[in-house]
Amino acid sequence: MTDYVPIRARLMVTTEESPGLATLHLKVQSETPFTFQFGQFNMLSMFGIGEIPISIMGWQDGLLMHTIRAVGRVSTAMIGMQKDQELGLRGPFGKGWPLEKFEGRDLVFITAGLGCAPVVAAINYAVAHRNRYRRIVILQGVKHHNDLLWQPKYDAWRTMGDCQVLLAASEESKRKHHWKLGLVTALLDDAEFDPRHCAVMICGPEIMMLAAMPFLQKHQVRDEDIYLSMERNFQCGMGACGHCQIGPHFVCRDGPVFHYPDVKPWLGVKGF
Amino acid sequence: MEKGFLPRENLSQLHAVLCQQGYKVIGPQVKDGAIVFDGLRDIADLPWGIVEHTEAGAYRLEDTGDNRCFAWNNGPQGLKPWLFKSQQTVWRGEATSDGIRFKSEQPSPQPLAFIGIRSCDISALYLQDKHFMHSAYADPWYTAQRKQLCLIAVNCSRSNDTCFCESTGDGVEATYGYDILLDELDDGYLVDVKSERGRAITAALPLQPGSQQHHKQAQRQLKNARHQQRVMPDAEQLLKLLEHLNDKHWQDIAERCLACGNCTLTCPTCFCSKQEAEVEPVSGEHHQVRYWDSCFSEKHGYIAGMQLRGDVSQRYRQWMTHKLATWQAQYDRSGCVGCGRCISWCPAAIDIVAEANLILGDDHD
Ligand SMILES: Cc1cc2nc3c(=O)[nH]c(=O)nc-3n(C[C@H](O)[C@H](O)[C@H](O)COP(=O)(O)OP(=O)(O)OC[C@H]3O[C@@H](n4cnc5c(N)ncnc54)[C@H](O)[C@@H]3O)c2cc1C
Ligand code: SF4
Ligand code: SF4
Repeated sequence: MTDYVPIRARLMVTTEESPGLATLHLKVQSETPFTFQFGQFNMLSMFGIGEIPISIMGWQDGLLMHTIRAVGRVSTAMIGMQKDQELGLRGPFGKGWPLEKFEGRDLVFITAGLGCAPVVAAINYAVAHRNRYRRIVILQGVKHHNDLLWQPKYDAWRTMGDCQVLLAASEESKRKHHWKLGLVTALLDDAEFDPRHCAVMICGPEIMMLAAMPFLQKHQVRDEDIYLSMERNFQCGMGACGHCQIGPHFVCRDGPVFHYPDVKPWLGVKGF
Repeated sequence: MEKGFLPRENLSQLHAVLCQQGYKVIGPQVKDGAIVFDGLRDIADLPWGIVEHTEAGAYRLEDTGDNRCFAWNNGPQGLKPWLFKSQQTVWRGEATSDGIRFKSEQPSPQPLAFIGIRSCDISALYLQDKHFMHSAYADPWYTAQRKQLCLIAVNCSRSNDTCFCESTGDGVEATYGYDILLDELDDGYLVDVKSERGRAITAALPLQPGSQQHHKQAQRQLKNARHQQRVMPDAEQLLKLLEHLNDKHWQDIAERCLACGNCTLTCPTCFCSKQEAEVEPVSGEHHQVRYWDSCFSEKHGYIAGMQLRGDVSQRYRQWMTHKLATWQAQYDRSGCVGCGRCISWCPAAIDIVAEANLILGDDHD
């Protein structure tokens, strides 16, 4: 845990997931163990270039994982790092998914877009602790079939007991096996879970979150069982810089994972 | 405790005692046509005889030639720049053969004594304390300097056209947060002490007992200052701004607003900042530098190729609804202390009180 001054994290392995998207496996250079919750994020900095917020993807073989899409200056530099190069790390910050609270319930994951790290991290956790949860339902929407990252993982999840994986492609004309055409929200009609004992975790564009709500209501999912991972501009990650406010909430501090009833009034309000 | 009286000719001793006790004295002075707080070498440099006249979009000084030095109300900045600096290195990184060495930036506070701050400045300070000091991650630079302040406040003896601290509950009389409080009178200063730090200073001053005349004059001045033109709606009313998010009036404001951010820069409670990575040309070090930022700036709401607040109407709405409404959930009160700075320093003469009242319209009686 480090807040104002970064600690060093050394790149051990880069896994290219798709063009422009890579998972960095980092050795955190710290005496104290790096503990975190899924859904939390770190502020990662590239020497001389800048600092950006990135979700924690997971921890494997003593290494911290971050999956990064190259979209601009800092992120592009990060996925181009050489082995043994270092970046700065401040974190972990914010609130993650309250996964322990969800024990004994059906878990429903809804994501759209490419490699939504906070949700994939939570699925990995649920799968690793399979007996703590009941049914697992994974709904993922992408534009094109090829955009789906970690295809083998989805295949493995599909064959796991009591797990439903539903995929949708919005910009394809031909339907593939296991896929539906259209938006992720359309998959909700096929999802089978117990709305009275579930936790729904959503990550992706806010417009998708909004679109999912009527479907969830139709399934009689209660607002208090829904959690959202939000994204805003972060400069500090510590609730000080003011950039990430959505209404009264500082997304970096009060989120990025929010209990839906808390952000409901602000969701989809243009300009917030 | 009884208030003491410091004759005007002894004011220089206040300055001397502060210096003796190791403070750097910061006081109001006339600079570039405005009242500015800066290092005060001599009380002769105080704005003797100066008052300012403010209105929406205007700030003008007048030399009345009288013998007072605190007859003005405020200038473009209060205490904010001294604690939350407009530029602050937050960490440094040095590239070595063995990777990056990260270094913290140590605070370098010094004992500062401010002469002449106002009730609204103290309210703003307490709001910034909540944000920077009493938060999950206390800001080390703010906190270190905050602990080394000596605050010598002055009650306002008049109000300006843009002052509305009476309606926000932040003035005109200072009631907390100061070490020493002065009322500036015709022949000197009524002196009230609040803290041990303050007592250590007043004990070294040639104070006389304050007379009934003195107290009467101080009360008269306060009564006079309480006449203010603008009235900010109360906290409960202001929350209703959130029921007016689609009001067409936001667009009307946007047609006048230049999105220059002056309002946020002069506002003593605004706290937004951005960070830049800068490479120091000589050492090659990475300096992570924090600068004041504004919700009016182009990139404030930028994420992944889009600006959440592309329209100026959305930026103005963010500024006003945050300051007056959502701030209440964050810090238990509105973020406006009624100083009027954002009104007088707005080049487009936009008046936050008038606009809030207009938007609340019929809801507000
Ligand atoms: C909580 C959270 C978790 C995130 N997790 C991931 C992740 O796991 N993987 C991933 O690839 N991306 C993630 N992002 C998005 C990532 O932060 C941006 O893509 C990144 O900031 C872009 O920086 P850049 O310099 O490469 O791009 P540029 O477009 O050059 O951005 C310039 C600057 O704008 C700001 N900025 C731009 N986009 C964002 C944004 N979306 N969010 C916050 N600040 C932004 C940053 O200060 C950035 O340095 C996350 C964002 C948030 C808020
Ligand atoms: S309200 Fe006035 S001071 Fe504020 S950004 Fe607009 S023009 Fe500038
Ligand atoms: S909003 Fe305007 S009047 Fe209120 S505290 Fe800020 S600058 Fe002063």
